[in-house]
This record gives sequence, C-alpha cells and structure tokens, in this order.
Amino acid sequence: MGEIIQEEKSKKGGKRRAKKHSPHLDMTPMVDLMCLLITFFMLTTAFSKPKVMEITMPKKDTLQKPESQIKVPKDRTYNIILTQNDKVVYLYQGSIDKDTPNPPVIKTDLSKDGLRKFLLEKNKTAFKQIAELKEKVLKGQLKMADSTLNRKIKEIKKNDKKGPIILIKAADDKVKYRSIVDVIDEMAICDIGSYAVVDISKEEKKLLESAPK
Amino acid sequence: MPKIKVQAKSPHIDMTPMVDLFSLLLTFFMLTTSFRPQEAAVIDSPSSISEKQAPDKNLMTIYVDSADNVFFNVDNGADSSTHFRKEIFLEMAKQFSINLDVKRDAKLIDKFTKGASFGMPFKDIPKWLLTEEPKEKEKMQTGIPLDSANGRASELWYWVRISRQKNPNAEVAIKGDGGANYKTVKKVMDIVLDNEVQKFNLITNLQKEEAKLN
Repeated sequence: MGEIIQEEKSKKGGKRRAKKHSPHLDMTPMVDLMCLLITFFMLTTAFSKPKVMEITMPKKDTLQKPESQIKVPKDRTYNIILTQNDKVVYLYQGSIDKDTPNPPVIKTDLSKDGLRKFLLEKNKTAFKQIAELKEKVLKGQLKMADSTLNRKIKEIKKNDKKGPIILIKAADDKVKYRSIVDVIDEMAICDIGSYAVVDISKEEKKLLESAPK
Repeated sequence: MPKIKVQAKSPHIDMTPMVDLFSLLLTFFMLTTSFRPQEAAVIDSPSSISEKQAPDKNLMTIYVDSADNVFFNVDNGADSSTHFRKEIFLEMAKQFSINLDVKRDAKLIDKFTKGASFGMPFKDIPKWLLTEEPKEKEKMQTGIPLDSANGRASELWYWVRISRQKNPNAEVAIKGDGGANYKTVKKVMDIVLDNEVQKFNLITNLQKEEAKLN
C-alpha cells in the first residue's frame, strides 16, 4: 500500500528510459474521507426551503373605526365560519342586519366536494379566465415570464366585479390553526381575490346555535 | 512441474473515476448546503399550494407549537457585517432592566448572537444561555409571554418592535403547528399588527392541489 514504484537503480550505465506505466497512488484514504464528508453533507443538507403563504391583514384601527369600514355588497359577500371540526363549516350569504336577521345557513365541509365546489361555482368567471391564461402559457401559445403571469392573474382578480368576497371567521377559541390555513389555501386554489380573516360577531354566534348540526 | 506461485502483489483497482465522481458530489453538497438551524420545538406546519419560498435573510420567525407555546427567532441580517441579534439582545436587556456589560458578559452575548430560536421570559434568557445540559435547556423553553403585564406591552411585542427598529427590513414569518389553537396564532398576529406589520408569511408545506370546473 502507498507505493510509488521507484526507478530501479541497478542499471547504472544504461540509458534512462521513460517509465511505461504511470506511478500508482493509493487513493483509499482519500476515498474514505470523501465518503465520510459526502455522507455528512448529504444528511445535513436542507434541500427544500420552507414555502410560505403570504397574507396581508388590515390595520387594526381601520377595523375599530366604524366610519372607515369598507362597505361590501351584500350579494357578493359570503361568510365562512369554521368550527373545531373540519367536517363542519358554516356558510351564509350577506350579513346579519335589519333586513335579514336570519340568513339561511348552509352546512358544508373542508373538502373537494364541499367548500371548494361552492367557491368555484361562485368564482367561475375569474377562475375560467385564469385557467385559460395558465393553459396558454403552459402550452407555449403565450410566452411570458412568471412575474408577468402573476401580475396578469392579479389583474384578473382585481377586475372581477362579480366574484365573491369571502369573510373567514372562527366559531370559537378551539378552532385549530390548520383549519384557518386550509381555508386560506382554498382561496388560493379557487383564485379568489378578495378575502379576509375577521372576528366573529355576537349575532353570528347566535345564528350558529340554530344552524343545522 | 513447479508449483504455480500465487502472486504476492495485491490487485490494483483504478479509483480515479470514483474519486472524480466523489469530488464532484462533495463540491456540490458543500456548496448547496445550508445548515438547518435547530428549532426550539417540533412543529408540523399545515400544507398549502403556495410555492413561494421563504426569504433567506432579514426574517423574524415566530413559532407556535402544538401546546401553544410561542418561540421567537431573528437572523443576523443580510451579511456578516450586521449583528442585529446582538443589538436586539442588548436593547432588550435595557428594556427589561437586566444589566449587561459588553465586556463582562461578552460570552453571554456571543452565545445569543450565534443561537437560533428561543422561547422563554426574558429574565430567564441569561440562565438558559449559560446552561449546557441539553435536557435542562429544553425544559427552560416555556414560551414567550403573550400577555401584557404590569401595564407594559407583552414581551413578544418588545421582541418584534425592537427587531423592527434594529432591522427595518425584517419580515415576519409565522410557523404554526397545525394543531395549535387559532386563538394563540391570532394573538401573535395582533401583537405583530400592533407593530405596523401587515404582511405575514405563513410557513407551510407544499402540497399540490388541482381544482377543476365541472
């Protein structure tokens, strides 16, 4: 091991010939070390960087001043009320006020055929436009950078004057964080442009008491 | 007939290609590696379809574990010339009237600067930093208090406020466990909102979902 074949020195008088075979270097220790290092780096490497979901919350004081509250059209507004059970999600249209003290409450769930079906149906126009745009880009009919695509999608969402406005509420303190993230994710899946996470009101709590179980 | 002699020489295997490959792999892994910071708690974040990557630098992360304990982490800034953690730590000590001398407590400050996430009332931090036993260290992670006490804002509020003061570019990320109560996350969000930060990055796992109109 570890031999470098040395020139024979017996033939003193003869001409020096260039050696035919290259000297052998024993590389085993080096390979051992490299194996070790590779294993180490492979195991410590964090390939997948964490992904994030962006959400912008309204300023607190705008929520507290009633005069600065944004008026939302009732027919476009849908309230999603989450409970601690993923299978039970309440949904009602508009708001609770003098004209509609008891809006009908729909019971649905956080699944493909539940909430998503409902949201997609309500957000048809924007969703179709975005899907078409994405398909064109995917097929290569339209060429644009990702940032341009994202900007166009945002524009579609913004210009859609008929799409739903979703208010997400938690029924009580026991609602899990996962449910909230799931619903916000559902908004992204269905390409819904306007939604907000807000607190539940007393009237809504009352409404839930009579809701279908 | 003479016996056939077994050759004494060991066979040589040419390892050059293997070494080549190994060097390549090694270089690749060494360059792509970024060390995963040790987290104060095991957090199983919920999944979403978002493919946006979390920012590398200028990030403060607030962790909420399944037992609703809150941890905090803030990075040192974009490069090694900035030492935001150190500045934040010194400012926090001032706010909570803990005497820290830059020279005398150099070890303590250094430990904090090089550390990652933590979650305990500020007064316990020096003791936690000086504890070496990992199990004991873990026991001391009781969560950052979220409630305001003695007419002062909560400790998390101070952490966020001072981090923002020292590093105005710092974004806020929230890494919550799926099983954490929304109430706690909401409380955390309210504290962050009080500091005029409206954009949140909720850290999630990527899970593709397709939606189709019928």
